[in-house]
Amino acid sequence: MRKIVIGIASTVSALVLLFSYHTSTNSPAAKQATTDTNAGTGNSGGTTPNSGSDGTYTGDPAATRFGDVQVQIIVTNGKITSADAVQYPNGNRHDQQINAYAIPILNSEVVDAQSATIDAVSGATVTSDGYISSLQSAIDAAHLR
Amino acid sequence: MSTVTLTPAAATELPRRAWVAQIMTLPISIHLRGPAAESGEASDLVAEAFDELRADEELFSIWLPDSPASRVRDGRDQLTDAPARLRHVAALCELAGQRTGGAFSAWLPDSAGVLRFNPTGLVKGWAVQQASERLGERLRRFGAHDLMINAGGDIAVSCMRTDTPDWVVAIEDPRDRSRVLRVLHLRTGAVATSGTAARGAHIVDPATGTPADGLLSATVIGPELTWADVYATAAFVKGPSAVGWLATLDQHAALLVEPDGRLVTVGAPEH
Repeated sequence: MRKIVIGIASTVSALVLLFSYHTSTNSPAAKQATTDTNAGTGNSGGTTPNSGSDGTYTGDPAATRFGDVQVQIIVTNGKITSADAVQYPNGNRHDQQINAYAIPILNSEVVDAQSATIDAVSGATVTSDGYISSLQSAIDAAHLR
Repeated sequence: MSTVTLTPAAATELPRRAWVAQIMTLPISIHLRGPAAESGEASDLVAEAFDELRADEELFSIWLPDSPASRVRDGRDQLTDAPARLRHVAALCELAGQRTGGAFSAWLPDSAGVLRFNPTGLVKGWAVQQASERLGERLRRFGAHDLMINAGGDIAVSCMRTDTPDWVVAIEDPRDRSRVLRVLHLRTGAVATSGTAARGAHIVDPATGTPADGLLSATVIGPELTWADVYATAAFVKGPSAVGWLATLDQHAALLVEPDGRLVTVGAPEH
């Protein structure tokens, strides 16, 4: 049995997923927490499955209190391997609000350059020679393969 | 039959991967966070983004003697005959000159005082902003992803996900590059820093033709790297007096480091 982990805010997406994805039996939403190997086959707008029900499916937009949400799922070997909220035809206000640019607070509390929470370092243009000793290279190294 | 388990996931459980390449003489890091971040498809898309940046380097470099930019620079070609992408950048440079009161210019005096075309001060931020938008768009078919590009200290971030932590960007201390001055959280936007800490005095004041030295560094935060980068360069050229001009920029914030180490923030709340 494959567990599919869906993130915090994706709870919204997941609920929408449950509402907007018709299984082959078109059963009530509450039952759709259990998906079968035909999940997604009833949906429009997705790419053509490669074999059987495998492929990427984009569900119909569903209204939520945050606005219209549309969910995309990827089905591999008949099982949903990922589900995500994707581009919304009319925009999703909740999503836009979270992800819109806003002038940030400049925080002086965290000044430890080695802090594991830092993703990027902005500074005077780093040369390629200087990169190897830069903070950014240390951050990158943690995620390179 | 499989069960959908609605488990609030820590974002750290999401696949995340970084790539680094050297382009336009810069180390450029790309970080992806999302379901396909560790896939071959994501690698291919990142490689494509790097390739497009290399193509821009060949178009805009003034160190490649036969690049279209070099041909305009030494008068072999007129701008009107240049490729559309180069003409577009030249027009953006004109706009940048207007928006910065002349502190930014793509026409800088050479050692003999002759004005020479040099769009590189705008191209880097603009090319990275475009690369970021295109890569984000191409990743959509693989699900919602977050993206961060750091091009030699100038950063563009974007988030498609809503369940992830903000990107955390640190602003380097120009006096001690192993330290950071401030940390900020950003989901979508850009952070650019101009300064001499890494490459020495190289940012030329278009008005005088001499290197600017009124600040140790100027950092600008804004919605797009194209303009954050231009404004950071212009603020560095203007020096401490940039504060009044920076305050007029809608949606932008700045952190200036004065020669004595004093910090000046413009338009950004602190805590």
